[in-house]
Amino acid sequence: MCLGIPGEVVELVADQPDLAKVDVSGVRRMINIGLLADDPPKPGEWVLIHVGFALSKIDEDEAAAALEFLEGIGQAYEDELAALQESMIE
Amino acid sequence: MKFVDEFRNADQAHALAAKIASLCEPGRHYKFMEVCGGHTHTIYKHGLEDYLPESVELVHGPGCPVCVIPMGRVDDAMHLAAEPDVIMTSFGDMMRVPGSNGSFFDAKASGTDIRMVYSPLDSLKIARANPGRRVVFMAIGFETTAPSTAMTVLRAAAEGLTNFSVFCNHVTIVPAIKAILDSPDLRLDGFIGPGHVSTVIGCRPYEFIAADYGKPVVVAGFEPLDILQSIYMLMLQLSRGQATVENQYTRVVPWDGNLVALRAIGQTMELRPYFEWRGLGFISHSALRMRPEYAQYDAELLFKVPGVRVADPKACQCGEVLKGVLKPWECKVFGTACTPETPIGTCMVSPEGACAAYYNFGRLSRQRVKEVTRS
Repeated sequence: MCLGIPGEVVELVADQPDLAKVDVSGVRRMINIGLLADDPPKPGEWVLIHVGFALSKIDEDEAAAALEFLEGIGQAYEDELAALQESMIE
Repeated sequence: MKFVDEFRNADQAHALAAKIASLCEPGRHYKFMEVCGGHTHTIYKHGLEDYLPESVELVHGPGCPVCVIPMGRVDDAMHLAAEPDVIMTSFGDMMRVPGSNGSFFDAKASGTDIRMVYSPLDSLKIARANPGRRVVFMAIGFETTAPSTAMTVLRAAAEGLTNFSVFCNHVTIVPAIKAILDSPDLRLDGFIGPGHVSTVIGCRPYEFIAADYGKPVVVAGFEPLDILQSIYMLMLQLSRGQATVENQYTRVVPWDGNLVALRAIGQTMELRPYFEWRGLGFISHSALRMRPEYAQYDAELLFKVPGVRVADPKACQCGEVLKGVLKPWECKVFGTACTPETPIGTCMVSPEGACAAYYNFGRLSRQRVKEVTRS
């Protein structure tokens, strides 16, 4: 929860500038990108996500490292992904 | 994977360790606190302490949001959840935290409507779908999650939702660090600053640690080499007699933080005069509550909250662990009565807690070093 999870922005939502679809370890869900309003991410860019909100932009290397860190945590990351899978942000 | 190796290269780790050792003054003992539970996790998982000279000690700080929630607040949340028209919602991490009469999971099993959500925005969705019920979001966490709660409240206000409220337990890291600095129990030489919290608050809030207490701070990333590099940066400052705030994690943390996030927090929340932290007691101006303008979203005003202070179980020494005074394995119930499956204290509940991290990885650290770092 306190740890950010990296996601790749795959789609922006035309009529909802606060939302973006991201891919997190193969799970595709909507997140809120309103906290990056000063410099919104584009498709193909990576963000660190905290509880459904993108908090910062990161590069692909950082995303890979963060992902491996999280995968190493094991159950906690699986729980986080399972929770994300249930998430229906709109 | 080239990039991951770059952060984990064993040669580089040994080189950094040697540089750290070369800066150690004979006869001097160095004690650094890593504030963030994510760092604690990396340190145990990769056995980083085995790389360091014996005179360099790492102590684990209070930076685990679940760990610092006092039992009384869990009981208050249970009380709210028991209201017949309430749907209580919270993060998965919160579900196993023991209150006086069991955890959220226990209450859910006996029929209380408590739902696990990934995001406060999911609570909002539940509120929209259940106009006849009152949906309460149990908000926990440091500045990494507070902006999300703030944005969700702003969204609820924009939509005119009237059946959504927040039981706000957001805490702020800086007053906790100050409390530790003021405590006579522990003498520290410097801080490994939290990575993700700093993406929101930036590096400036730590400046008083250097200016007023003369201790260096290095905001660090979560990879093993990030942490070793940060310890080296701390040692370098000490060897030069300096105390400043440095940012090792520039690839994620901007010096000024995330201004949109800070504005959202400031618009909807204000500091409480004081708040109880598990183990650390009452700390002034260390937590957030809803601003009066957003009173209609404040569960503490909408419901009767008992607000009773509850002492931790006697056997549990989470308080000492959170202050860095005790190592996890020095607690009397560690690994025996208290395990991740049946936690007595919060430090064993969260994967960011020092006890859970040590339980899962600590005892294996020496072998793990060889496996995980590849040359």
